[in-house]
Amino acid sequence: MTPQVEWYVSLIQAFIVINLVMATFAYLTLAERKIMGRMQLRYGPNRAGFRGLLQPIADLLKLLNKESFQPTEAINWAFILGPFLAAFTALVTFSVIPFGPGWEVGGVYIPGQVADLDIALILVFAVGSLGVYGFILGGWSSDSKYALLGSMRTCAQLVSYEVALALSVLGVVIMAGTLSLTEIVAAQDDTWWYAAPQFVGLIVFLVAGTAETARAPFDLPEAEQELVAGYHTEYGGMRFGLYSMSEYINLITLSALCVTLFLGGWHGPGFDGASWTGPLWFIGKLVFLLFIFIWMRTTLPRLRYDQLMRFGWKVLLPVATINAVITAILVVAL
Amino acid sequence: MSILPSTRIYEGTRIPHPVPTILEVDPEKHRLDDILRVNFGPNHPSTHGVLRLVVDLDGETVAGIRAVIGYLHTGFEKNMEHKSWWKSVTYAPRIDYVAFHANELLYVLAIEKLLGIGVPRRAVWARMAMAELNRIHSHLVWLGTSALELGAISLFWYCFDDRDQILDLFEMAGGARMHTRYVQVGGLAEDLPPAFTAEARKFCESMPKSVDEYEAILDRNAIWLERTKGVGLLSADDALALAQSGPMLRSTGVDWDLRRDMPYLAYDEVEFDVPVYPNGDVYDRYKVHMDEMRESVRIVAQCLDRLDETDGEPWIADDRKVVLPPRHELHTSMESLIHHFKIVTEGFIVPEGEVYVAIESPRGEAGCYLVSDGGPRPWRVKFRAPSFAALQATATIVQGLLIADLIAAAGSLDPVMGDADR
Repeated sequence: MTPQVEWYVSLIQAFIVINLVMATFAYLTLAERKIMGRMQLRYGPNRAGFRGLLQPIADLLKLLNKESFQPTEAINWAFILGPFLAAFTALVTFSVIPFGPGWEVGGVYIPGQVADLDIALILVFAVGSLGVYGFILGGWSSDSKYALLGSMRTCAQLVSYEVALALSVLGVVIMAGTLSLTEIVAAQDDTWWYAAPQFVGLIVFLVAGTAETARAPFDLPEAEQELVAGYHTEYGGMRFGLYSMSEYINLITLSALCVTLFLGGWHGPGFDGASWTGPLWFIGKLVFLLFIFIWMRTTLPRLRYDQLMRFGWKVLLPVATINAVITAILVVAL
Repeated sequence: MSILPSTRIYEGTRIPHPVPTILEVDPEKHRLDDILRVNFGPNHPSTHGVLRLVVDLDGETVAGIRAVIGYLHTGFEKNMEHKSWWKSVTYAPRIDYVAFHANELLYVLAIEKLLGIGVPRRAVWARMAMAELNRIHSHLVWLGTSALELGAISLFWYCFDDRDQILDLFEMAGGARMHTRYVQVGGLAEDLPPAFTAEARKFCESMPKSVDEYEAILDRNAIWLERTKGVGLLSADDALALAQSGPMLRSTGVDWDLRRDMPYLAYDEVEFDVPVYPNGDVYDRYKVHMDEMRESVRIVAQCLDRLDETDGEPWIADDRKVVLPPRHELHTSMESLIHHFKIVTEGFIVPEGEVYVAIESPRGEAGCYLVSDGGPRPWRVKFRAPSFAALQATATIVQGLLIADLIAAAGSLDPVMGDADR
């Protein structure tokens, strides 16, 4: 039985975690530009601060200073609500990700996550689906044909890949016998991480997750060579910043979820050091996954819309389903 | 000219009727309100400058298209008529700013044909080497931007890194990286610097490896193959009917290259192959471009050998009525001073007549039609722009494609809007 968590601990923790996620987002953008730059025979940002370390802050100030204009025919409430909805849902999801074993400091128990829910996994997917509304609202309300096409694509892509994504984690849920993320992490202690028995699930999860976060090669919703900027074509200033932020935070959350479900969460490989090393392992794995996402973006061309749909429904979905069924049979048989 | 026997790309012709460049939407669909008209360009990230495509979309499928050009009309041809012959040379490379050397060469070749002036061997080989370097430059720009349009962003920088080496060579020879105006009527503006051939050889050694690398990056990528094969189809008959030339034509299986079939400069003295592919899709256009880069490197290497042999020979014709006299003579020779004064102020005189000269520019047949009234200025200048011809095929190749393919197909035409609009 987990100890009682004081309300002010949760409050402080939520505040810290949100800010940590924001900082990760800010430096993920810098890391992405730096790594892409190096892979593309150039330097990347290196003017603001030492080796460009202040670049995210400069970007933020620039976006804040820009005028938040909107097309005259745009639907006002939806145009403003869109980015906020997207950013809010992106941030909420992180609250259930466990990043450590929990600590006892001066008689006060500090849990390893902001909220420990029995149905954490379902919450992640539910909130993720709500986030789609942010993208659809923004594109649909901005009275631009590019944005409309972009949000149509987003809608279709996210909905189709969410099915495969949900099915790919089913194997993990069956093996662990729980929907609680803390218990899934606990189940991977002292044994193989689920990446080994659920290897197929991991691959499907990563591919579907790439599509879900609209990263290359599945970045069709905002394929700049075709649709200018997709659903956020008409957005400027911090509203655009919010969209951009929600995309990156979705990516971070997805990677964190992947670490939790398949890579043993905050456990070290085969051994656990002091309890404070938990978050370090967690962050290390997270950074590794994020690097892979950036690497894919520099390497792969973009899929076409029909190819994307075919791949999602005809390849990923059957593979994920078969994986779940076989896992279920094996779990019952053994 | 021979046409490769190929699997039938499609039956009959696909050129829209009655206007070959406008694909009209079925009026029934318009009535049902099923069509979304989207305006791609002139300000759009992937229209190669200021090409404007008015696209009628049925869902994500292209149902109708109209290519609108003219946003980069600069009146170069008319301007050239108001400048003396030797001054108007600077306009030519700015028309097709990616194949700058090809256009400059074309214009000078046309003037030389009117003048009937001979060009020293060294100048011919230097011009050829640079023409082929320029072809590689143009193809690299094409490859980088086309890959970028399909989302393979990194290749853009790899291509531009190699392109920079070519520009370095141009800078070494003429002092400017683009729009060099290195070709002079009668030869070259000045001799190649001594280190040029050595530097160019280094490039010739590294470039084939780079091309292999690019092919490895793209050809082993299932997404690239899916995105390019069978997209943007054009049959040989349609290509000929639409006056296509260059890589566009050779990708449809028509074996036609002016360098081999109507040799100019000294192309009949070098060895090279003309790559021809039969399928007429974006992938074959890409393959033609890749192979042409390899062949161009071969030609450059042969030119460099001849340049080494002709080291120390004159690089410009010895014709005082056309070519500026050497600087040192101005202090000792009255006649040279008079010639210098006449050429610089009035310009040289070109005999009355008209001429059409065509060369194989990176984009296809670039032609120049000149009329002289016997004065110091051209009476009429007209360029046959390969980009303009290529854009005629837009409505034919995009039929039934998705928007994403439209970008790939339009990009594969390799249009340079400066060239199309002039």
